[in-house]
Amino acid sequence: MPEHILLRHRDIPGIDDLDTYLANDGFKAFEKVVTGQSPQELIDSVKHSGLRGRGGAGFPAGVKWSFLTPGVFPRYVVANADESEPGTFKDRELMEKNPYQFLEGVAICSYAAQANTAYVYFRGEFWDLAQEIEKKIDLLYERKLLGAGLFGTDYSLDIYLHVGAGAYICGEETALLESLEGKLGQPRLRPPFPAAEGLFAKPTVVNNVETLANLPPIVNKGADWYRSIGTEKSTGPKIFCLSGNVERPGNYELPMGTTFRELIYEHGGGIPEGRKIKAIMPAGASSAMIPGTEEVLDTPMDYESLPEIGSQLGSASIIVLDETVDISWVTYKTSRFFKHESCGKCTPCREGTYWMYNVLKRVQDGGGDRDDIDLADLVAHGIEGKCLCALGEFAIMPVMSGIRLFRDDFEAHIGDER
Amino acid sequence: MSEPLVTLTIDGKEVSVPAGTLVVDAAKKIGIDIPVFCYHPKMDPVGMCRMCLVEVGMPKRDRQSGEVVTDENGDAIIEFRPKLDTSCTLPVSEGMVVQVSSEKAVAGRRDIVEFLLTSHPLDCPICDKGGECSLQELTMEHGPGKSRFLYENKMHLDKHVALGDLIYLDQERCIQCARCIRYQELIVDDPVLGFEERGRRLQIVTYSDPEFDSYFSGNTTDICPVGALTTADFRFGARPWELNAAPSICPHCPVGCNLMLNTRREAGAGGTSVVKRVMPRQNEVVNEIWICDKGRFAHHYASSPDRLIQPLVRKDGELVAATWDEALRTASEGIKAAGQKTLGIAGARAANEDLFVFRRLLEAVGGEAVLHDTMAGGDHVAQFGVGTGTNLKELGQGDAILVIASDLHEEAPIWWQRVFAAAGRGTSLVVANARQTRLDKYAAQSIRYAYGDAVQIASGLVGAVSGVNGNSDFAGLETVDSAAKLLSEARNLIVFFGGEGLDYEGTQALANACARLLVETKHVGRPNNGLIAVGLKGNQQGAWDVGLRGAPRGLSAALGAAEAVVLLAADPFGDDPHLADDLDEGAFVVVQELFLTDSARRANVVFPARSFIERSGTFTTGERRVQRFYQALQPQGETRPDWKILVDLAERLGFEIGFASELEVFNQIAGSVEGYQGLTYEDLSRVDSQWPPVGALDLYFGGTAFKNTHGLGVQIAPGAERGGTFKAGTPQQSEFPQSEWVLVPVTELYDHGRTVTESAVLKPRLSAKTLRVNRQGVEKIGVEPGQEIELHLNGAVYVLPVEIESSLPDGIVLVARSQGIPASTPAAVELRAVS
Repeated sequence: MPEHILLRHRDIPGIDDLDTYLANDGFKAFEKVVTGQSPQELIDSVKHSGLRGRGGAGFPAGVKWSFLTPGVFPRYVVANADESEPGTFKDRELMEKNPYQFLEGVAICSYAAQANTAYVYFRGEFWDLAQEIEKKIDLLYERKLLGAGLFGTDYSLDIYLHVGAGAYICGEETALLESLEGKLGQPRLRPPFPAAEGLFAKPTVVNNVETLANLPPIVNKGADWYRSIGTEKSTGPKIFCLSGNVERPGNYELPMGTTFRELIYEHGGGIPEGRKIKAIMPAGASSAMIPGTEEVLDTPMDYESLPEIGSQLGSASIIVLDETVDISWVTYKTSRFFKHESCGKCTPCREGTYWMYNVLKRVQDGGGDRDDIDLADLVAHGIEGKCLCALGEFAIMPVMSGIRLFRDDFEAHIGDER
Repeated sequence: MSEPLVTLTIDGKEVSVPAGTLVVDAAKKIGIDIPVFCYHPKMDPVGMCRMCLVEVGMPKRDRQSGEVVTDENGDAIIEFRPKLDTSCTLPVSEGMVVQVSSEKAVAGRRDIVEFLLTSHPLDCPICDKGGECSLQELTMEHGPGKSRFLYENKMHLDKHVALGDLIYLDQERCIQCARCIRYQELIVDDPVLGFEERGRRLQIVTYSDPEFDSYFSGNTTDICPVGALTTADFRFGARPWELNAAPSICPHCPVGCNLMLNTRREAGAGGTSVVKRVMPRQNEVVNEIWICDKGRFAHHYASSPDRLIQPLVRKDGELVAATWDEALRTASEGIKAAGQKTLGIAGARAANEDLFVFRRLLEAVGGEAVLHDTMAGGDHVAQFGVGTGTNLKELGQGDAILVIASDLHEEAPIWWQRVFAAAGRGTSLVVANARQTRLDKYAAQSIRYAYGDAVQIASGLVGAVSGVNGNSDFAGLETVDSAAKLLSEARNLIVFFGGEGLDYEGTQALANACARLLVETKHVGRPNNGLIAVGLKGNQQGAWDVGLRGAPRGLSAALGAAEAVVLLAADPFGDDPHLADDLDEGAFVVVQELFLTDSARRANVVFPARSFIERSGTFTTGERRVQRFYQALQPQGETRPDWKILVDLAERLGFEIGFASELEVFNQIAGSVEGYQGLTYEDLSRVDSQWPPVGALDLYFGGTAFKNTHGLGVQIAPGAERGGTFKAGTPQQSEFPQSEWVLVPVTELYDHGRTVTESAVLKPRLSAKTLRVNRQGVEKIGVEPGQEIELHLNGAVYVLPVEIESSLPDGIVLVARSQGIPASTPAAVELRAVS
């Protein structure tokens, strides 16, 4: 087992203690960039590393930073710690067990963005974690690793924490910014993108926790080293959140491009009682399901390969569904989730998720007919491509793919009551 | 400077529009209706409702050269985007191809309508909006015709949520377009509405206390694309298609908002017609498509059962009903007997035609006609008023506005809105007043002065711009100097002056100083430059233009010398009972009125007049725009228009003032009044195309404000523009009372006048009957805020609660006008704890 790059606490016990973190190259990277690199050099090297956003969209981080409107200040960095995708639990482990690497990542990103203020936006349910992080930030101020005049330069940085009110939509970066400004969490129209007008209408970088945690190792070991991990276009390590019908669910840090088979069978211990995989949801509840075929199992998990088999890597929340699972029930559950979490701003998502849920519930409860299965699919198609943000598009993926691949599961409910 | 044009193709039609134009607007300009719900042409787009989906293609460009790639015919190859785009959020670009009618776009919009209807209660048969509802119209045109949604799955929500005293929300009908939220935030800066909850439970709520606290709340019902927002006044009152519509002009303030009066015959009114609702009528240079809530809801006085509907004549000390013949005879005898000692007092809520005939009659009698007003300066406005073609909407970067001694938000809400909007576009706004008002927030420079110093401040500005330190102590004061710099450097400058803390002479002096400022900085005689009086009454400028002025030595003296008094649209004895004491006991009083006012009670003859709703005529706005209003209702009882009463009276008196109609009177005005020469009713009735299109077929786009088909009015040229000369004369000095406490009357929108209090829906919103002093003042009197105190004025005692207004100067007590305290100008008073 190679050394972890992100989940370093698994190799170094007590790395959540600042002294232990510092003794293991902690904050060397931040000091190195602040004292020895220009923000542009840092951005160029992160671009070269090929690091892509780990929140789900996979947009190259360095490129995102380079979109900041030149000459407009103040700028902000926001760490998206709103980890809300059902089946995703990587950021939580990072922040709980290896918090300083994440915070150092926030600091490095802030320097690259020439921001003197950064915010960490936690989902509401992370209130206890936020309290722990707050203590750690206090300690960083004490050790002069945050605050004014860092490392004898004139660069200063403050990090503030904000705890949301528990809305899935606030993981969407513009809804997050609205919420951070104290408003109702609803996505903004884009353009303008946050890099032009973000928090308080100033140029802003929003990055996922895992993305930021990648920065210290990139700075310390170099972009070329980083590129050597993973695939050509999807570089570096990735934390895969494995859950569902597997023997050993949990977070697994593996190179990008690892196959499903390796993750599920080598690391996850396979399926209980040797059952077969019926379907995989590779991006949590927001996934288009893919069938558990040999071809799928041999597919590398990276940003390029998954679209080729009809899905997305997203935040790499691999939910394994075995042959005992009723896909009708799964889509009913995901539609209920998205109906509950739709912010209500745009029509197709607000009305469509509610409608889709009602139809799927009817089918699941045995009160539907065959036309209802088609109707659920038609409603999903009605939502498709018409929403203001991605939530509505996420909501339809399990439904459309579920009906397409496993229609029998839905049909099995028809006539239950009649 | 013309903006660069961009050419695109929409449904095969080529159109060139300025860069930055949104696709939805570009389509509208060539007659292609892209349906919208959340988009409103007066507000930035939000792209929420997704109704305006279209297919968009762009010319393919070579990646290396950036050149447009063409096919074998030399036509640009168009690459269509995979997803539909919201045309309300998409700016046009060169060579863009938009498909509104493609199968994909049509299907996309059909899906959106079907989605919207899944939540909608479909209660059109009992909905106020039925017949003028965007959702209804667009469903007919773009909807699927049949829903696949099971009715039993509908989410049921509260249908009668009072968002405030004036507006109700039906949560089921709401389609979450946020037009109302955005209107309150962006257009009138009363951000009192918002969303609460999420998903299908997303609902409009109000944040303010009192709820939905805004003078503009009614406008949200016009732009609401469904029947979610309705007014307390009109809800369940009538179906839109049953209503008749008469164009009118709001008489309440000098803005002169264009209205449409919707009327209907009512069983409850004995089968007669009544006004069911007042709607804005589009006039982009006056009120755009908005009106304030006073204009919308105060109309009820016209149908009050207390209206005078037949002449009254005093017999044996009592006013008793009489025939017109008897009343006219009695009145003419009284006036004839007084002869040259006849005093005419007119109020500026009367129409131009009334005021003109009034003056003619008093001239013929040989008496004196005066204006009952504490505001002056109309002669300065006639000379230095805003130039023809003025439109506050055009002021922006590089321009300036000065507002002095006025609280525009209370006195002329639509001007307030247009002025702060101008500030938002970069106009340098200078706000000068003795206390903080809502306009200060938008000011580039605020000037705070002691009450009584308004004229000196204005003179100080003149001194500062001319480099001559006039007769002012204030040039050299930092705020005055920096304000003067802003004003003198402005490309265009408009000055609004009010009468707060001033009397008649004071406002005349202020008008003079403001006019000098405009002349000195060369901001006269052209569009978007000049002087505007924020009059207390709607037709103040018209009254001055036809030649009426305040009594030269004061009303008290004039009354003392009069043997007969003719009152037109004025209630001086109600405003100040002491004035009645000035009148000789035997003096003969003739009153033309809507109600039995205090002055009417003192009259020998009372003529029942018609309100503006039951007749036609013209008003002149503060921007000197002459506008026509039309008769909306049949007259009540035996009422006659004021001008007609005066003509009838003249006939009995044997004078030749034989006008047969408003038209004839107006033609005389056009023949004799400076600046009005050559004007005809036809000119006033002319219309132009206006943007955005509203009403009728375009109600989905701009709202239910009425399209203007009856005239935009005519802005008349000020003297300075016509090259006329003007002798200002030396303004009389006015003294601010010197006393431990000085009462300053101020205007509040919802006053306690009869034209407001008759409206049941406005009752809870009427201005609070309180005295306002600063914090130290409350301590000085020795009471707590909210406690009642005694106000001693001219020997009378008034007991009212006291409240704190922190920005007031020491020794000042503020009271809203029309609350029963007879002071129309600053007065020395005493304040004491209740003994």
